[in-house]
Amino acid sequence: MFKTLTERPPINKINDFVWEIPQSYKEGMQVPARIYASKKLLDEMDLGVFDQVTNVACLPGIQKYAYCMADGHQGYGFPIGGVAAFDAETGVISPGGVGFDINCGMKLCTTNLTFKDIQPKIKEIVDHLFKTVPSGVGSKGFMNVNKNQFKDIMQDGVKWAVDNGYGWTQDIGRCEAQGKIEWADTSKVSDKAISRGINQLGTLGSGNHYLEIQVAHPDNIFDKNNAVKLGIKEPEQVVIMFHCGSRGFGHQIATEYLRLFLDNMKKNNLKVLDNELACAPFTSKEGQDYYKAMACAANMAFANRQVILHRIREGFSKIFNDTPENLGLESIWDNCHNIARREKYKIDGKMKWVITHRKGATKSFGPNHEELPNEFKDIGSPIILGGSMQTGSYLLVGTKKAEEETFSSTAHGSGRVMSRTKAKSQFRGEKLQKEMWDKGIYVRAMSMSGLAEEAGLAYKNISEVVDSIHKTGISNKVVGLVPIANIKG
Amino acid sequence: MTHKFIEDFATADIAFEASGEDLDELFKSSAEALFEILANPKKVNKSIVKKISLSNKNIENLLYDFLSEILYIKDNDFMIFNSCNVKITELDEIYQLKVTLHGEKINPKKHELHSDAKAITLHQFSIEKTKNGYNSFVIVDI
Repeated sequence: MFKTLTERPPINKINDFVWEIPQSYKEGMQVPARIYASKKLLDEMDLGVFDQVTNVACLPGIQKYAYCMADGHQGYGFPIGGVAAFDAETGVISPGGVGFDINCGMKLCTTNLTFKDIQPKIKEIVDHLFKTVPSGVGSKGFMNVNKNQFKDIMQDGVKWAVDNGYGWTQDIGRCEAQGKIEWADTSKVSDKAISRGINQLGTLGSGNHYLEIQVAHPDNIFDKNNAVKLGIKEPEQVVIMFHCGSRGFGHQIATEYLRLFLDNMKKNNLKVLDNELACAPFTSKEGQDYYKAMACAANMAFANRQVILHRIREGFSKIFNDTPENLGLESIWDNCHNIARREKYKIDGKMKWVITHRKGATKSFGPNHEELPNEFKDIGSPIILGGSMQTGSYLLVGTKKAEEETFSSTAHGSGRVMSRTKAKSQFRGEKLQKEMWDKGIYVRAMSMSGLAEEAGLAYKNISEVVDSIHKTGISNKVVGLVPIANIKG
Repeated sequence: MTHKFIEDFATADIAFEASGEDLDELFKSSAEALFEILANPKKVNKSIVKKISLSNKNIENLLYDFLSEILYIKDNDFMIFNSCNVKITELDEIYQLKVTLHGEKINPKKHELHSDAKAITLHQFSIEKTKNGYNSFVIVDI
């Protein structure tokens, strides 16, 4: 049987937006669990969140707290919105804390078009992109790369794409970690992972992955100066946002290492409350191998989003009969929300290396962080928060408070409230598509049942999520973006 | 031999429970649930045959590896599935699995595609012995 909690654990209020499940709640908890959400969002969270975040709190070497962000909901192993940092010397690394879709993330590209410019051509551009950016089950990308080229992609991420004509030099700096995780080692990746993913560069996938055309209405600009720095300069400006990851390549790497870790739990003298949390000491051979293989998948995901950006530039250029440069198709930011990274924080007064796992959580660096490119040094890291296809998305910036409190982490999206199976029984894809068109959102989808699963009502209210993380101070809201077209996998 | 999808569990993923009178049937019904997550099996022809051979001393790990292998074949061979035949034997306390998968190359114009399942999760993954045989509990990452 699937097990669920029958009642909510004791939850103590720390302040209006921070809640704590004490360490005494579950045997084996090394630290308390903390949930960063408004009371409304906390009360709406499924009980699975509380069970899962307290399971994470039991993992060896965990520092400070096991966290769940405002968009949190039940996941597998970690909750979605889960963040945990483990001591790099004595703690563990867990593939389940990263997820199967390694470096699933968001990319945002601006245009200098306004709603008025694009509206007459919206069907044309979306139908074009629906063909050139394949999505859904078994889709093949447009790139034909051989095994050696694919290994270069695993090493170099966005840089490979740019060096090979799929982007502009300035795109590299507009990515978290410059679109390249340095510690990738292709010898840690199996041939099966390569053969599963080699044909998928340039594809979106399915589930909650999408490509969306959005508009920045003047009413939704919350911080004008920061909006301009993030490329939102004109009223009714059009932007393109998309969400995807490392596709079958990352899924295979995660599956294989999860099984390897599970087989080695006894040898490593480790026990977990849920096998999806199978882990290994970070310093062990398995731990290091996974970390290096995970980096290969992360770089493939960065390259995947970059070649999709290239296709978008080609598509807009063709439909608007102008160059991507003239159309202002500038890459603003690319951030991961499924990843583990070695980072340094002050804990109990001492600087310490930790392995921060973010499972459906975004990095939030405050101003002047050394990893930020010069153009964002004074505002903090850009944060792309993708919402449901019927409501909208947000841009925010990172804060020092997140660095101090949440291992530089914040929410990643709006978060689901309804299961996919339930959404499919409540909504019909064709009907939803028509309703959205009546409201001015043009949707194309490979699967009508997949579209039904993504209905706006299956998600939390994103404004509530954004207000929560803004008021907590772990990120600051800048712009709200409203969809006018969406491509679903 | 049946499977059912669970509405109130696994918010962003798909949870299913499958059953069978014996292990062969349990593995077959679990695979059929996965086929249905990917596409409507009724609209998939049996034009391609793929064989899987796996072994493990732990039956749950064997089921996990089997279902994961189906997702690997889905991407590697651009295939979706109609049905499968399963035979499990035990030799020196090690389960030996032999499966024949029937399906065809993915054609979005022809097939009713559902979700591009990413992976089989180990979250609450289990096989339970019942009075009528076995049940499996599986959450698929979408």
